[in-house]
Amino acid sequence: MKDSCTLKSLAVLLENNKISSKELTSEYLKNIENGKELNCYNTISQEKALIDAEKSDERRKSQNLRSKYDGIPIGIKDLFCTKGVTTTASSKILSNFVPNYESTVTQNCDDAGLISLGKLNCDEFAMGSTNKTSFFGSVKNPWKSVNSDNELVPGGSSGGSAAAVSSDLCVASLGTDTGGSIRQPASFTGTVGLKPSYGRVSRWGIVAFASSLDQAGPITKNVEDAAILLDIISGHDEKDSTSSVNPKENYYENLNSDIRGMKIGIPKEFRSDKLPASTQKSWDECANLLKTNGAEIVDISLPHTMSALPAYYIIAPAEASSNLARYDGVRYGLRIKGNDLIDMYEKTRSEGFGDEVKRRILIGTYVLSSGYYDAYYIKAQKIRSLIKSDYVEAFKKVDAILTPSTPSTAFEIANEPSDPVQNYLNDIFTVPVNLAGLPGISIPFANDENNLPIGLQLITNSFEEQKLLNVARNIEETINYSETPEKWWLK
Amino acid sequence: MVAQMIEGWNLVIGIEIHAQVNSKSKLFSSSPTDFGSKPNSQVSLIDAAMPGMLPVINKFCIEQAVKSGIGLNAKINKKSIFDRKNYFYQDLPQGYQISQYKDPIVGEGFVEIETENGQKKIGVERLHLEQDAGKSLHDQDPNFTFVDLNRSGIALMEIVSKPDMNSPEEAVEYVRKVRSILRYLGTCDGNMEQGSLRADVNVSVNKPGNELGTRCEIKNLNSFKFIHAAIVYEAKRQIRLIEQGDSVNQETRLFNTQSGETRSMRSKEDAHDYRYFPDPDLLPLTLDDDWIKGLQDSIPELPDQIKERLINEYSLSSYDANIIVSDKATSEYFEDVVKNRNPKLVTTWVTGELFSILNKKNLIIEDSPITSKQLGELVDNIENGKISNRQAKEVLEEMCESGKGALEIIDEKGLSQISNENEIESLVDNVLNSNPENVKKYKNGKDKLFGFFVGEAMKLSKGKANPKIVNDLIKKKLSQ
Repeated sequence: MKDSCTLKSLAVLLENNKISSKELTSEYLKNIENGKELNCYNTISQEKALIDAEKSDERRKSQNLRSKYDGIPIGIKDLFCTKGVTTTASSKILSNFVPNYESTVTQNCDDAGLISLGKLNCDEFAMGSTNKTSFFGSVKNPWKSVNSDNELVPGGSSGGSAAAVSSDLCVASLGTDTGGSIRQPASFTGTVGLKPSYGRVSRWGIVAFASSLDQAGPITKNVEDAAILLDIISGHDEKDSTSSVNPKENYYENLNSDIRGMKIGIPKEFRSDKLPASTQKSWDECANLLKTNGAEIVDISLPHTMSALPAYYIIAPAEASSNLARYDGVRYGLRIKGNDLIDMYEKTRSEGFGDEVKRRILIGTYVLSSGYYDAYYIKAQKIRSLIKSDYVEAFKKVDAILTPSTPSTAFEIANEPSDPVQNYLNDIFTVPVNLAGLPGISIPFANDENNLPIGLQLITNSFEEQKLLNVARNIEETINYSETPEKWWLK
Repeated sequence: MVAQMIEGWNLVIGIEIHAQVNSKSKLFSSSPTDFGSKPNSQVSLIDAAMPGMLPVINKFCIEQAVKSGIGLNAKINKKSIFDRKNYFYQDLPQGYQISQYKDPIVGEGFVEIETENGQKKIGVERLHLEQDAGKSLHDQDPNFTFVDLNRSGIALMEIVSKPDMNSPEEAVEYVRKVRSILRYLGTCDGNMEQGSLRADVNVSVNKPGNELGTRCEIKNLNSFKFIHAAIVYEAKRQIRLIEQGDSVNQETRLFNTQSGETRSMRSKEDAHDYRYFPDPDLLPLTLDDDWIKGLQDSIPELPDQIKERLINEYSLSSYDANIIVSDKATSEYFEDVVKNRNPKLVTTWVTGELFSILNKKNLIIEDSPITSKQLGELVDNIENGKISNRQAKEVLEEMCESGKGALEIIDEKGLSQISNENEIESLVDNVLNSNPENVKKYKNGKDKLFGFFVGEAMKLSKGKANPKIVNDLIKKKLSQ
């Protein structure tokens, strides 16, 4: 099968009866089997996927298709609750949890006829940027440095979602992004990752990490697919009070790569001596390219950028400490017997949560405690407001903002910094976007000297996903990035 | 006894009322709220806090809270915020209760109560909305506690008073008054036995002129009797401590309904740090002026207004009017009966005879076996002299048993009063002629025998004679 299998191209093949959904699904299941070493999937829905594919083929025969993309197999981050399919959040505490309900986003995919191949590995409760915090072990990046055979991190938390798209273990996938969890792994794996505006996509049925920041989005091979999948998953949901009533656009149909006259901002605060030369080079090249294509490049300032990470690491853990309180061993999930209620709580949660999750629960509990609340939580919220207004000001001057997605390309699993704060720096370019509730996309631009993908990030104003996709599509069309990882796991 | 004990001390009481919102579904989910259903039969995914579940505000509950606020003469806050109150307990599925902390939906207001010294205004600090927790069942199994989540997520209004009450009686009056207002509004059924309305009472004592004392909170009182008893006990306990030279510890206490004592539940030091913060799953609640205005216009006449009207229209005493308006059903019943009738007579028959029958049968007025129409008919027959008061009581009792109308019973029992003067005169003559000795004694000054003659005459008429005419005739004949 061609590596460039996309939602768009496969829809054509299916339409022309060049392939059936069952054949396509079987092919991907075979890829998954052969790619087990990558550890992308927590659960493979072999049987269900094949049954669903057959049903799709029947719908095609009876001309009763749910959408143009009916029958195309995708992967789902193991954070979306899926009816009858184990949903773990990559945590021991939920390792036996089978929901009897379907998240709005996955229901939307089902309504479009997409086939779920299974549940993709991620950092535990989406907390991490290397996928190492998963109870089910690290996901391996399909990419390797030309200079070393050592395994690399795929990024996180949607590491499985990004790696699976990159290695053809699914056509496209669903991820979630709280501080960069879609864009950072997309950047590390040469894929396109889109985090929609806060409220664009329903959070109902997604295991919550930090409610005011969480947003689901697509990870795909290209920008067109990102538009297609966003069309499918987005929209108002009355079951989510924070879901926006703003009408959604027809992103794919309205995709228009003409950027002439647009203003693209380059924020000075994102510049750093520590940025690898190849990343800086890609960033500059991309700016030049956009200029060549008719946009105006504008230097802008987002003065509170450097306060974003500390604010994020107060707000996100605060919300998480409360969101994760429900995993108490009483109603579902893991329970370790105790002498009394408190003992049961302690044993269950000690045993059920990994170190990073515990660390964030502790931080979150601390910053919300009486006596510390004003100094930490309230202050972080003030910073968040300042960051939001930075962007409000910026978007008075520019249509979109261009930055690197990550401060580095993928690094070795063994080299992950032991200092968590060092690790948190992975998200330094992506976190402000979540705090401001804006849409952001990471697209692959080039490979570095080690042949590892470099991702660039575009940001637009709230609910301007169309503009975001248009600019991204312009870059994609121009550079025609077509690098794929060598499939070392097949050898 | 109590008064003696408390004399010389000043009592300061503040009350938090938890009133269940009268609503078919829960505050953030569509689960039903019926009382007494099979355990865990009214639990949605949201109420059980399944992963990924999100709360959605039930607009009706918001409406009920705002109406209650209007009824408490309180400020309605156009912007309010739902917060999470974090603590772990088996019957709290989310690990937090969604409540309102800094920005409640209703701000300051007041209610007026009747006290020994007349009207008194009791300040309301705030009213906020919150979720109820589930129920732990400790008596189902020797080794396990069971949890029933039917209550989990039901909407409660917490109404916090200012520390404006100074006696157990005032405290009870305040809770009565708030309950009555909520029932008039239909925002809470006020059923204390079922736990629809419960009170946490804060009590402190001090010597007049001194600083306020340290307060203790007594949790979860679900009857007026318990509220009164708990305050009395607690005040005495605190006074005793201070008089012994000890000090009162700020703490939360539980009232034992068997022994009538309070005991310590947890001290201030053990108090939870609830780590309140705004619930990120819910946007701030904003209300617009027109919507609030619409609710204001829909508010029915409330007890204070009705009371005033009863006093003006029917010249009722403040005391009687108070009794009648204390309950919506009673005031409606009363107004049905009193229309075009003698208010004084109707008041007596509603608050006296009818209440005594209801009390005896342990019924509330909504379930009265005697309809307002039936009672009206009875009053008419007293008013037009057809039956005496005493006969009317008999009719009422029969009415209660058989459900028949007053006239029917009067006919059946042959109760109709004899008001024919000639007929009564012959009865009276009969009595006086048969008792010449007593007539002589009476005439010699033994006035008390008057009652004896009346009694005999009535007996002779089998109770049917109009007592007034009997009295008049006997008086007339004996003075001849």
